[in-house]
Amino acid sequence: MERRERRKERLDRSIKARAEGLYAISSWREVSYLLAPRAGLILGLLIAPLVVPSLYWQRVLALAGVYALLAISFDFLAERVGLVCIGGAFMTGVGGYIAGALNYYSGLPVPLTILIGTLGGAVICTLMWLPCLPLRGIYFAVVTFMFPFLATSVILAGSLFQGTEGLSPVAGFPNTWIAVYLIIAVVLIAIFALRRLCGEDIGLVFAGVKDNDQAVMASAVNVTRVKVYALFIATVIGCFAGAFLSHFSGFAGLSLFAIDFTIMPIAACIMGGPGTIVGPVLGAFFLAPLSELLRGFGQLRVVLYCVVLVGFILFKPEGLLNWASRKYHQFEHWVKV
Amino acid sequence: MAEKKDPLISVRNIKKAFGGVMAVDRLSFDLLEGEVLGVIGPNGAGKTTIVNIITGFQKPDSGEVTFRGRKLTGMPPYKIAELGVTRTFQVVRPYPSLQAYKNLIVPLWSPRARRFASSRGGDRDAVAIDLLEDVGFERDAFVPYKLASALPLGYLKRLELARCLALRPEVIICDEVFSGLSMSEIASMVPLIDRFRIRGVTLLMIEHRLRELFRVANRLVVMDFGVKIAEGVPDKVMQDENVRRAYLGEEIKL
Repeated sequence: MERRERRKERLDRSIKARAEGLYAISSWREVSYLLAPRAGLILGLLIAPLVVPSLYWQRVLALAGVYALLAISFDFLAERVGLVCIGGAFMTGVGGYIAGALNYYSGLPVPLTILIGTLGGAVICTLMWLPCLPLRGIYFAVVTFMFPFLATSVILAGSLFQGTEGLSPVAGFPNTWIAVYLIIAVVLIAIFALRRLCGEDIGLVFAGVKDNDQAVMASAVNVTRVKVYALFIATVIGCFAGAFLSHFSGFAGLSLFAIDFTIMPIAACIMGGPGTIVGPVLGAFFLAPLSELLRGFGQLRVVLYCVVLVGFILFKPEGLLNWASRKYHQFEHWVKV
Repeated sequence: MAEKKDPLISVRNIKKAFGGVMAVDRLSFDLLEGEVLGVIGPNGAGKTTIVNIITGFQKPDSGEVTFRGRKLTGMPPYKIAELGVTRTFQVVRPYPSLQAYKNLIVPLWSPRARRFASSRGGDRDAVAIDLLEDVGFERDAFVPYKLASALPLGYLKRLELARCLALRPEVIICDEVFSGLSMSEIASMVPLIDRFRIRGVTLLMIEHRLRELFRVANRLVVMDFGVKIAEGVPDKVMQDENVRRAYLGEEIKL
């Protein structure tokens, strides 16, 4: 009963108010208050490949980058547009197979295949999901979840792209440094571009679709068209991850459609802080290496994702970054009521 | 004068049933350009269904709605709004996670609003603040900058109107804008409605509260159980035997 007699009061730090708007540049303190988290993120990600002990861990970082992109894509669609799309594996699969096949069959150079895989894959994913766009909430989620299985079955049934064997070899990157910095650069660009986009007018329309799509219809805005824009942006990110992955692993096979690419980004997103775009990236860079550390446990690692998901949903549904940013921006203290 | 009498929106023989319940039964009426038409009726008379049908949110079982001779029935809601036929919602539909003025960015982003904006220029935030002031938000107060989730109902109802205004509407269909408001809030809304009419916006007002409606409406349509039971100038309509019967038990103050 003691709990009921007090509650936490939160007050914005005065520097937070000062750092908003034009006053942000009034002193170095405000500037550094704003820059510190951003600079920390950029420097942290850029330095990470330099400090990890071995080539193996650099590859793990690159893989974490792939998961991070998928997590960003999921977070953007689910939290900023209201489309819960759990078909991450379909994006990696389509992007990866396009890039891999172009390189394998016609020997196109890697930058070109990644570009075509990214944009072409995004067009294909968007077109495939277009008929499902009027669906909302769980229905859209369920339908998108089916697509990786559908694609796997089609490839197996038709023995397309050499069926279960997969396409191998697919040209790799010249060295791991290029690969790991490429994916980290794309992650950083994706974070800042998406956060910027969400503050623009179109981002507000996305938020409107999430909050109340009927009101958006009444505002003379075609909701389906807005959803198509958002879906294309998200699938560009997801398909890039796939195209990158097929060159990174030198192989384009059914494993690109693996369920991991759907589940792990969701776990990263829940853990990192849904709706923050950055949080899911941190989640991915935490979960992917952890999952490698536990490689000895084999398939039991899936339990890890589940524990993380359930644990955070139950005990910290706001996720790490939302919690951290509250600590950063606000004072908290207990008051008697 | 003859031109002014052309119907802007005409509703013809609309029928709509939900299961076995006839929500609207062969309803026809005209909305003339520049007028304020009130649609009244007891609970469950089918008033909101009519709004939904005109604005495309529901499809009628039969009958059709035309706007300037153009068939609206079958068009998606956004296209009807695109033509300038806008609506408010009885249960307000703001975007709670956005600030009040940011709520208006959505209609201002629409193709229709952008067509008007291109000739005028200006950024959308400023236009949004102007619109909010137009519907009675205090300009220099912080209310427009509050999250919509933190606004009281009175402001949310105004926000609904502002969303319509952002589209430079030809018609605003108000679905019970007065419902749930206190007397003083309503008193400040009535001049607002008057101002729209002076600006040449045609209004269709679905209402439950008769007294306020009588101050603004030129003409009334009375519905009961989905059927039109009377139509005409307010004073005449209220003398009507059927209307009195439909409202039996409810006090009518003129």
